[in-house]
Amino acid sequence: MNPNLLDELSIASQWQSEGKKIAIATVVETWGSAPRSIGSKLVIDSDGNFEGSVSGGCVEGAVISEALDVIDSGISKVLEFGVSNESAWEVGLACGGKIKVLVSRLD
Amino acid sequence: MKKSILLDIIKNKKNRIPCVHITNINTGEEDLVTASSSDINPFLMDTIKEIFSTDKGRLIHLDGEDFFLDAHNPSLNLVIIGAVHITQSLVTMAKLHGFNCLIIDPREGFATQERFPETKIYNDWPDEVMPEITIDQRTAVVLLTHDPKIDDVALKIALNSACFYVGALGSRKTHAARLERLSKDIGTELLEKIHAPIGLNIGARNPVEIATSIMSEIISTLRNG
Repeated sequence: MNPNLLDELSIASQWQSEGKKIAIATVVETWGSAPRSIGSKLVIDSDGNFEGSVSGGCVEGAVISEALDVIDSGISKVLEFGVSNESAWEVGLACGGKIKVLVSRLD
Repeated sequence: MKKSILLDIIKNKKNRIPCVHITNINTGEEDLVTASSSDINPFLMDTIKEIFSTDKGRLIHLDGEDFFLDAHNPSLNLVIIGAVHITQSLVTMAKLHGFNCLIIDPREGFATQERFPETKIYNDWPDEVMPEITIDQRTAVVLLTHDPKIDDVALKIALNSACFYVGALGSRKTHAARLERLSKDIGTELLEKIHAPIGLNIGARNPVEIATSIMSEIISTLRNG
């Protein structure tokens, strides 16, 4: 089956059986017009490959780099993202919402 | 997340058992519960029941700690009666939306594996197949044969099942005739559950567009009720 049609947890399981190290990022709380709902998932491997999403592409880059730390340390992180402000390079959500993302390693 | 929990979630999904994955955000401790788990904190149980019915996880604060409750409901099923032209597009779309698709059509020329690759097909009458398959609250049933001999039999079974959506192809006139026929055996309240004419009114003109309107109506019913 086309991997795009598999849910993220099935992909995580498949990647793990191939010997990859994996972190799973999950949206655990949202405020306002968040792009993806609670429970949405992004699966990341230690090479930075990923499937799924936790936003509309706005914060995935930041989540992936934090996930690489989590894969190394094994310590889960909770990340919060809000509205992006004037500082052009800051990661944020243009839609005006706020999200909380739990990143944990698949052990 | 522990590997054992991941594998149990996947297994429960396959066996159509709803489960909730609980993670203590502060300590990282985790647990997987189903409606039949016995050792659940009674305070959490109400929230868990709500999560099963709404299919929406949430973060809760309990005794100074934060817990994330993640909903893992069984995958969605789509049962289509009638292996017609619309069905070919509908199956493609429904698979994209994560539905397991199953086609029932007793007319052998229609329901062929060539026309519906990688899809479960039954070349039997609906009343032979439907009692044997899962038609639960995560299932939608769509009737597309346009033939009362086939559709009516399936409608009677679908209306008496727990499925969240029943739609039937046919014009207003066709549907009025259908209601007239079925009202001898089925009460008005149940008959009102039928979405007919099927699909959201998007001005669909061809089979692919009709499939889009049906898919949209199924999702709207699932999400908005």
